[in-house]
Amino acid sequence: MNFARVVGTVVCTEKVRAWKGSRLLLVQPTDSAGEPTPARPLAAVDLVSAAPGQLVFYVRGREAATALADPENPADAAIVGLVDHVRETPVGAR
Amino acid sequence: MFLARVVGEVVATIKHPHLAAQKLLLVRQEPTPGRPQPPAVIAVDSVDAGIGDRVLVADEGNSAAQVLRKPRGPVRTVIVGIVDETVGDA
Repeated sequence: MNFARVVGTVVCTEKVRAWKGSRLLLVQPTDSAGEPTPARPLAAVDLVSAAPGQLVFYVRGREAATALADPENPADAAIVGLVDHVRETPVGAR
Repeated sequence: MFLARVVGEVVATIKHPHLAAQKLLLVRQEPTPGRPQPPAVIAVDSVDAGIGDRVLVADEGNSAAQVLRKPRGPVRTVIVGIVDETVGDA
């Protein structure tokens, strides 16, 4: 799972039936500190009611689709958690 | 699978039910000379790893489901081993 920040909403009136009732958000992948990485923004299905500006984590690939009640859907990115905080400990290379 | 170092923990109260009660650790892939360092990622811990441990991380949904003994869900990154040593050049 990777970190991202919510940067927008995608509105689709017509969409795949399995996505009915789900929101699609635009997220910018970030590092663990919330700083944007060079990766391009993604549209992701939101399972946790994330808000704009929030730091979240998402899962990519086939597993994203299984986040929804009906796993037969074409999602390739799903927001699965809201980051409360990250406790990062500097670890010296051994 | 890749080799990584556990560098932190992630606290998330609100998360997908499939992730409930799972320990989420921050893992940083070991650097490869001449290649950009990928950002640290979040992995579910299945081996009781701790900060500073060198670990083996699987990043595939079927492996994750097997290791966590759960049906397939939105999890693919799981710590599956604590590395004692590696022999040879990485």
